[in-house]
Amino acid sequence: MMGNASGSGSLGELDDLYEAIILDHYRNPRNTDPVDSPDIDLEVNNPFCGDEFQIQMKVENDAVTAVGITGRGCAISQASASLLAELVEGKKSGEVRASVSSFRRLLQGEELSEEERDVLGDIEALGGVRKFPIRIKCALLSWVGLDDALKEHLAK
Amino acid sequence: MSITGPGTKLRGREFDVATVRADFPILSRKINDHPLVYLDNAATTQKPRQVIDAISNYYEQTNSNVHRGVHTLSIEATNAYEVARAKVAKFINAPRHESVIWTRNTSESLNLVAATWADKNVGEGDNIVITAMEHHSNIVPWQQLAARKHAELRYLAAGKDGLLDMANIESIIDSRTKIVSATHISNVLGTVNPVAELANRAHEVGAVILIDAAQSVPHMAVDVQAIDADFLCFSAHKMLGPTGIGVLYGKYDLLDEMPPFMFGGDMILEVTYEDAKWNELPYKFEAGTPNIADAIATGVAVDYLMDLEMDNVWEHEQQLTAYALDRLTALNGITIFGPEDPALRGGVISFVHDKIHPHDLGTALDQQGIAIRTGHHCAMPLIRSYDVVAAARASFYVYNTKTEIDALVSGISDTERYFVR
Repeated sequence: MMGNASGSGSLGELDDLYEAIILDHYRNPRNTDPVDSPDIDLEVNNPFCGDEFQIQMKVENDAVTAVGITGRGCAISQASASLLAELVEGKKSGEVRASVSSFRRLLQGEELSEEERDVLGDIEALGGVRKFPIRIKCALLSWVGLDDALKEHLAK
Repeated sequence: MSITGPGTKLRGREFDVATVRADFPILSRKINDHPLVYLDNAATTQKPRQVIDAISNYYEQTNSNVHRGVHTLSIEATNAYEVARAKVAKFINAPRHESVIWTRNTSESLNLVAATWADKNVGEGDNIVITAMEHHSNIVPWQQLAARKHAELRYLAAGKDGLLDMANIESIIDSRTKIVSATHISNVLGTVNPVAELANRAHEVGAVILIDAAQSVPHMAVDVQAIDADFLCFSAHKMLGPTGIGVLYGKYDLLDEMPPFMFGGDMILEVTYEDAKWNELPYKFEAGTPNIADAIATGVAVDYLMDLEMDNVWEHEQQLTAYALDRLTALNGITIFGPEDPALRGGVISFVHDKIHPHDLGTALDQQGIAIRTGHHCAMPLIRSYDVVAAARASFYVYNTKTEIDALVSGISDTERYFVR
């Protein structure tokens, strides 16, 4: 597993949850610019912890051509949203939905195929959240919202 | 024989936190290789050996149903169950033990009053007054009742200083007010509310007052007669007792006129094929086999607290709270909610860090064995009024020490070094 450059010292297994890539995306979230006339524009929130995100996407010819995710939340939900935004940009809707499915399976502790791992790349670092079950919802928040919205959009 | 457990060994001695701690088996647990620092007492408290033993002793020696059998075990169980009720009555200075109803918890007690007294007495155009700092359990039953009765639900506002705005009570609590329901100590802000003053105003307009004492009865001497409370409720698990049992205190005459809450065994005097007559108090409100073991253990928790003496408990928590406020205020980036003056608050401190989300802080502190609460604390409207979506909360009890507060403070500093750069 990738180590965290900072080292958590007395904070025990914290590096398993907050890998360097997660802290990086938390501190410098990607794709936070609003999308012009988005085809998908939704808000997701987790009332339990108050995390909330606005997700905007442009979908053209069955591909996500632009994505913007902004909001506030814990390091896990923010980094997860940022990694998601980076992943979906330019992807076909089917690929996006398949990635969401792989991500869910990762968090459920299931074995991923080589191909799935390649697609997720750095996102696999979020797998550390499995050790902290109460935080799985934080990691899934934006993914579930985006997947539901995309499904609805495709059904139109 | 004593099935209610012996008194604690503290009787007649000064409050000594080391002696207290030795009574709590869970405090010797390690969490993530660190000694447990339990600072989530507003959610639930830990249990002393005496309470844990009372539960197993009951099941090993006395287990039987109450108020029915003529056999020895049933008589002993009934006796112990009623002795526990009398202890609770004495603890809150209730004039009669029949005024103490066993419920499941504070939420059930609040719902009981909403579904019986208020359902009978609140009508169209009347109003119900609660405060802006209530737990969801003292908001939602009133929203539901107000909608059902076409009544108005009014809020007594709280200022940014964490104190109720008492200047407006004469306009808010008016001639159409039927019930005022207020928390004694806020589970988020720690504010100690002037409930006697609220009771006085409620009585001036002919309303009744219900006090949510879930965060006060465990921590301070509460005298229902001094407050002139019509109803007052609390949960055993927040005061060293077991989960699954709570109390509703009510003035005898009010309880006597109220319709039952639930129907079944024990709450009836006589049943025919056509009709039924209700049992006398307190049994009218205790349908079905009650939570006997936990009621008895609650009596033991009350013994434990009375041995410590509630004035000592309050003083201990006041010292911890003042110390924690001092140390937390000295940290950068921390905003503390609620009154600045420790004398105006109980041992509950909610705060946010400007760069660390409460859940990240909670997870990081847990890695050091420190248990705090994070989230909306079942008070979403209040939390939102401070323009945050979640907060961290440390809350104290009889076994907490200044050393544990030091651990919390250094834990926050470590977390800050980890996340912020």
